[in-house]
Parts: sequence; structure tokens; C-alpha cells
Amino acid sequence: MNDNIKQIKDPVLSIRNLSVSYDKGKYAVKDVSVDIKRNSVTAIMGPSGCGKSTLLRAINRMHELYENIETTGTLILNGKDIKNMPTIQLRRMAGMVFQRPNPFPTMSIYDNVIAGYKLNGISLKRSEKDEIVERSLRDVTLWDEVKDTLYKKGTFLSGGQQQRLCIARALAFDPEVILLDEPTSALDPIATAKIEDLLVTLKENYTIILVTHNMSQAARISDYSLFMYLGELVEYGKTNDMFTKPRDRRTEEYLTGKFG
Amino acid sequence: MKYQHKQIAKSKLKSRALKDKAIRVLVVLLSVVTISPIVLIIFKLIEKGYKQISLDFILKTPPNSYEAMTALANGELIPGGIANGITGTLLMMVVAAVMAIPVGVVTGIYLYENPGKFMANLTRNISDILQGVPSIVLGLIAYIWVVKGITNGYSALAGSVSLAIMMLPMIVRSTEETLKMIPVTIKEAALALGVPYYKVILKVLIPTGFSGLLTGILLGISRVLGETAPLMLTALGSTIINLNITKPTSAVPLLIWEFYNDPNMVGLIWSSSLLLMAIVLSLNLISKQIAARTK
Repeated sequence: MNDNIKQIKDPVLSIRNLSVSYDKGKYAVKDVSVDIKRNSVTAIMGPSGCGKSTLLRAINRMHELYENIETTGTLILNGKDIKNMPTIQLRRMAGMVFQRPNPFPTMSIYDNVIAGYKLNGISLKRSEKDEIVERSLRDVTLWDEVKDTLYKKGTFLSGGQQQRLCIARALAFDPEVILLDEPTSALDPIATAKIEDLLVTLKENYTIILVTHNMSQAARISDYSLFMYLGELVEYGKTNDMFTKPRDRRTEEYLTGKFG
Repeated sequence: MKYQHKQIAKSKLKSRALKDKAIRVLVVLLSVVTISPIVLIIFKLIEKGYKQISLDFILKTPPNSYEAMTALANGELIPGGIANGITGTLLMMVVAAVMAIPVGVVTGIYLYENPGKFMANLTRNISDILQGVPSIVLGLIAYIWVVKGITNGYSALAGSVSLAIMMLPMIVRSTEETLKMIPVTIKEAALALGVPYYKVILKVLIPTGFSGLLTGILLGISRVLGETAPLMLTALGSTIINLNITKPTSAVPLLIWEFYNDPNMVGLIWSSSLLLMAIVLSLNLISKQIAARTK
């Protein structure tokens, strides 16, 4: 697999020989090495069960929630090994957005944005809170839509708005990377388009890693693509190159719809 | 030929429509049978008990048998009320809830967090069995543990212990079921923000499922509110208002039993039952309201 490592200067995230196995010997991710470029959108593609979600979750160690998981290899995020990092610190640096919008149902829009601070018991001044809330909501282009209803429950928003609220919640920590696990699969096309536009603008300040089932989405918004199959990283490169001249037969077959 | 087929089909349709109607009527009838007991109960309680209901009935303690007899002989209402029973029931409920809620909620969280684990399954099954233990047996146990072991005599505490054991399995189950209803994604959202596990439970899961927890607790309380048998062996009863948990205490269902056994006081059973029923019904309605509002 070594030929798949693209050495990138000053990568935000560098994954080396990452393997994740469960139930002793079943590999969800097998010996993956890859560098992720700063301020880019990287898409992780592959058929169901290929390990793309596990790879994404290994980055902020959310995969440790599964039982009997064994992880080997190293992940260096912003120059630091994540293995011994406190989870709060790691997850501040690597924010996550999930498939289904999941704002906290008991919290207002305002509190949802600063939930990371609130739930971790980090006290902020009122002015700091206001600033973070406004900045994060502006970043996800939600500010104008909700600025008059900040103290209403976040669950009253539409699905697409909720998902942008969840992105804002991740942005509130000012993370290095944002990990998105099929963030638009539960949304309608218009909401999806809004999120896609948003991700493209967000890469100016953040690095975006996106798991997607949707190949045209990957083609539309990603700069780099990873293609995974059966836990292995089959191909990694510029999205344009991969879609026009895939190097691996399996990539080609997946992209042309022969399986998936 | 074609024409004939159509004819057959039409007659069949008619009989089907008839059957459909018959079954509809049957369903409505059976539903009426289901709700009629509660309607009849409430009707009877109001009919027989409303005369005795007054402010005195809530604020005063019962008369002695002689006073009741005199009143009856003069054709008057029985004087006094069941204040000792109301305060006793409240006292024992509060103490039982204080004991059962923390244990039950924590156990429910444990079961939710460890699905499929041996200890969790064992706990769940034992909790289910506990729910089936006859209340008189729980009364006996509380008698041995508390009346003989702690308070050296009949006491409200002993009554509360037996009621708390009865409430416990209901709280455990409803806590587990409530937490199961919360989407895993909510938990993941909190964990992805780096929130430590215990804070996810305390600050996210419990607030999210709060109304469900409250509903379960209220139903648990209303379920044991009318328990009589265990209280006979534990709280015993008292003619005065008692707020000391180490002393014998009255309760509304205990009073109903005592009134029933005294020919002079038997007139008070209906009004006491009406009051007990009103409390249980309102607890049920409140918990239904809470559950409905959060859906």
C-alpha cells in the first residue's frame, strides 16, 4: 500500500499504518497510510462496509465506542500524536458532524452552538459566548435565518438548518479538521446543495474530511479523494485525476457503477 | 358469463360490507366494556361519598367510634376527616420516592449502558421478578428488616421501605425504556464534543429523557399509593397526625380498612376511597400530560 502515500508538505493529518480490528482479527481498516492536505476537502468513498466510517471515526477516536476494538498505527494531527491526547482536546481539534442532524433537543439554538463549552464545564464570559455563537452561525450561513430565534429550541429548525447548526456546533471549538460522516444523506437536494456550498467556503479556514456514498458529491466538492475497499485504501489522489483516469481497476469499476 | 361474474362479485361485496359493519360494532361494544368499570367505580364513589367531602374531611382526624355513633343516631354526617391518613400517605410516599428514585434511575442507566451483558440481564430479570413479588411479602420483609431491626416498632419508615421496593422495578424499567428511546446520535453528538461519559449521562441523556423519567416515577408512585397490605405490617396506623418516620403512621388505604371494620365509621369508606381515587387519577393524568407534551 505504500505507493498510496502521497507525501504532502505540512499535512494537517498524517495517518501511518492505521489498522482497526474488531472481534479479534476482523479488520475494518487495514494498514491505511495517508496524508491529508490543509485547507482542502477530502472525500472518503467506497461501498458500504468498506471501513470509511471507521477510518473517519478513528481520527477523533470516536471508534473507541465500539466494543472489542483494537487500533494500531499512528495518527498525527497537527504535529501531535492523537493516541495519548485527552479526548476533549482531540475532539476540539477534530469536530464531527453526523449523518442525521442531531442538535440537543433540550437546548436552544444558542446553547447548541456553545454546547461543547457548556457540557465540558468551560465557563465563558457572556460577550465571548455571543461572539462565538455569532461567528459560528455566520460561518454556516445560518445567522440571518435564526438571529431572532436564538433562544428557541434547535429542533424546530428544518433538517438542513439543523445540520448547519450541527456544523456550527463543531466550528464553535475552532477545530483544525471537520469530520463529516455522510452529512447530507438525510437531507433534500436543496438543503444538500447548501451544505455542499458551505463546505467549499469553509475550507478556506478549516480542513474538511467527508465520508460520502454519493460519488457526484465527491466529484462536485472534494479536492482529494480516497477510495476504500474491504478496509484497504485502494487509491488516493486528486479528485479530478481519480474520476478521469483511475489507476486501480476496482476504483474504476466502483466509479462506473459496476458495484457499490 | 361476464355479466354473471359481476353479479357474484356484487353480492359478495354486500356480505363483506355487512361483516365489516358487524365487526365495527363489536369493537365499539368491547371498548365500552373496557371503560365501563372505571366509569362505574367513579360514579359509585361520588354517589356514596360526596356528602362526607368537605374541608373538615381533609383537615381533621377521624372521630372515635362513639362520636360517629352519636352522629349517626342523630341523623348527622360523621364528623372529622382523614387528615392523619393524607399526611401519612404523603410522608411515606416522599420517603419511599427518595429511596427508590436514585437507586432505580441509576440501575436503569446501568441496564441501558450495558445491553447484553450478563450482569445487566441478571439485574433486569431480577427486577422483573421483584415486580411480581406479592406486596404482603414485601410488607413482611420490611417488618423483619425495619420494624424489628431499625425502628423497634411499627413505623412510617418501614412502610416506606416496603413501598420503595415495590416502586423500584417500575422506575428501573421506565428509566431504561426512556433512555432507549433517545436516539444514539444525541449521545454521539455529546461524545464528539469531547464530553466525558458521566457528563453525557448527567447533562445530556437525563435532561433529554427527563419527562419520560418523570412519567415513570409518577406512575410508580400512583401504583403503590393505594397499597394496604404491606402497610398493615409496617406502618400499622395511627389516630393522630404523625410526621415522625420512626413512629406508627396512618395512611388513606389503612383508614379505609379500619373504617370498614367499624360499623359506626363505615360511612367514611366511600369518601376516603373517592379521595384516594382522585389522587391516583390526577397523578395518572399528569404523567400522561407530560408524556404527550414531549412527543
